[in-house]
Amino acid sequence: MATLSLRGITKRFGTTQVLHGIDLEVADGEMIVIVGASGCGKSTLLRIVSGLESASEGQVLIGGRDVTALEPAERDIAMVFQNYALYPHMSVFQNMAYGLKIRRLPKPEIERRVAEAAKLLDIGHLLDRKPRQLSGGQRQRVAMGRAIVREPHLFLFDEPLSNLDAKLRVTMRAEIRRLQRRLGVTSLFVTHDQVEAMTLGDRLMVMHQGRAAQVASPMEVWAKPADTYVASFIGSPSMNLLPGIMAADGVVALDGGIQLTLPAPIAGATGRSVTLGIRPEHLAPAPDGIAMQVELLEPLGSETVVHGRMADGTALTAKLLGHVPESGELMLRPDPAWLHVFDRETGQRISA
Amino acid sequence: MSQSAIFKGVVVPYLLLAPQLLVTAIFFFWPAAQAIWQSLLREDAFGLNSEFVWFENFIEVVTDPTWLDAAFRTLFFSAAVAALALGSALFLAVQADRNIRGATTYKTLLVWPYAVAPAVAAVLWLFMFHPNIGIFGRALNAMGIAWDYKLNGGQAMGLVILASAWKQVSYNFIFFLAGLQSIPKSVLEAAAIDGASPRYRFWTIIFPLLSPTAFFLLVVNLTYAFFETFGVIHSLTQGGPGKATETLIYRAYTDGVMNLNLGTSAAQSVILMLLVVALTFVQFRFIERRVHY
Repeated sequence: MATLSLRGITKRFGTTQVLHGIDLEVADGEMIVIVGASGCGKSTLLRIVSGLESASEGQVLIGGRDVTALEPAERDIAMVFQNYALYPHMSVFQNMAYGLKIRRLPKPEIERRVAEAAKLLDIGHLLDRKPRQLSGGQRQRVAMGRAIVREPHLFLFDEPLSNLDAKLRVTMRAEIRRLQRRLGVTSLFVTHDQVEAMTLGDRLMVMHQGRAAQVASPMEVWAKPADTYVASFIGSPSMNLLPGIMAADGVVALDGGIQLTLPAPIAGATGRSVTLGIRPEHLAPAPDGIAMQVELLEPLGSETVVHGRMADGTALTAKLLGHVPESGELMLRPDPAWLHVFDRETGQRISA
Repeated sequence: MSQSAIFKGVVVPYLLLAPQLLVTAIFFFWPAAQAIWQSLLREDAFGLNSEFVWFENFIEVVTDPTWLDAAFRTLFFSAAVAALALGSALFLAVQADRNIRGATTYKTLLVWPYAVAPAVAAVLWLFMFHPNIGIFGRALNAMGIAWDYKLNGGQAMGLVILASAWKQVSYNFIFFLAGLQSIPKSVLEAAAIDGASPRYRFWTIIFPLLSPTAFFLLVVNLTYAFFETFGVIHSLTQGGPGKATETLIYRAYTDGVMNLNLGTSAAQSVILMLLVVALTFVQFRFIERRVHY
């Protein structure tokens, strides 16, 4: 097992810069999920770690060893691809044994390792089949098996669950997490799905336009998003972001005229243009709240998502428990403990 | 949504099929039937009367040692042409599959030889390798190598193989390139991460995945070498020197058109026809099965 360090990774394709200096320290056995919208550079970063792509600048260290200039084969890593990338002309056994054969492991050792991995993944009965005879979930397991038998220092997952149907995705997600804990292999997992990111990672790296917007534990990313992008990307439905001005060090005056008091004052912030973030789930009905005209309901069973507009026309979303009237006016009060204040210019978080 | 046109009666469909059927009948079935009929006849030297002799022509052909020589020569020639054309096309396709500068130009240029008629191709090679006027022929002689394919049978064979293979490389190249590009990139990346060197990757991943394409091309190339190389041989060597480059198809031509031995020439044609039928059968029958993924 090993640690992973990324130091100032940049990547340019011609004149377009897709990565602007990524730094990351991954502890031994940790699972880091790199999450972001498509085109944010997350897959490129993973490919740089794997060695399939080379960084324009910066270093990759695996277990303290500088592997920046090494070929993928010499980095002692295993990768699970989005389309599984199984060798179509080989049986499941041959697929899993391929990397071991190249390393010239003795035959009994290869058989032992493949059998062990197959048992772990419950694919022992499929070893003679060809990939085309397998279902999506089974292919996914074989791809995992091929990574496991190598006993690598580092697992790389490139959106491995996106080709599965919704139900299977949830099962495989839990399975990957269990497996990773059990094997204790340091892992990088790339996804665009925030639920996957929240449930799988020890820590998340939220990427936005080639930069790491925030690196923190899932709960911290949710509770204290570093900027408005992270705030709107993580959490469903997205956080309400309302423009306003700091009327006093501890009071935000929204452009619609409503004033909200923060739990703790921010020193010297008076007069600053800000964006106030309120998660839909932190709005609750209260007689002295903000008035919202209901426009659309999305019942989710236990909760209901309410879309509507405030008096000045600004859109607002709330997630409420229990019965919600189909139309009319709701009075909603934000939980003051969960107000997020961001600088309106830079989008950076300014409240503690 | 599939739309099937429905015609009333049978007249319109047959009218639409008629041009193709007519071409096939006049240019393929009729000559083939004539050849089969002719192969059972024996004519006198002046063409005044002919006699029905059953399979005597065939017996005469296959028991003639010079015909058997030609058969083995054809086998060697075809194997060499196919090996050379397939090997170099695969090599070129692998190069073209990489991200190289000017890839489009490179690919376009490689396709050109296919558009050149066999006889014209042969003339190009003749101008290059003629011992007196060809640039390479003169160069070889200047270097002290006695190059004259009009005298040396081995050299003549080498030249017709080269010229024939050159023409077929384009065709093979297109198929190989398409085959290579249908291999998912991630499969090769997975192999790279698994620790396979580029050479090992080629032999364990790329080549097996290309094998259906390669098998198809092998059949096509053999058919080409058997039959379509007539033009190349005719323009370059006329089967000589001696009989050094006389293949079966060329022999059928010499016996029939030059020596006017119509019966045996027709019998040879019929044997070749059976061969092409067999090759086509192999192609249709086994290619689908060989696709193992």
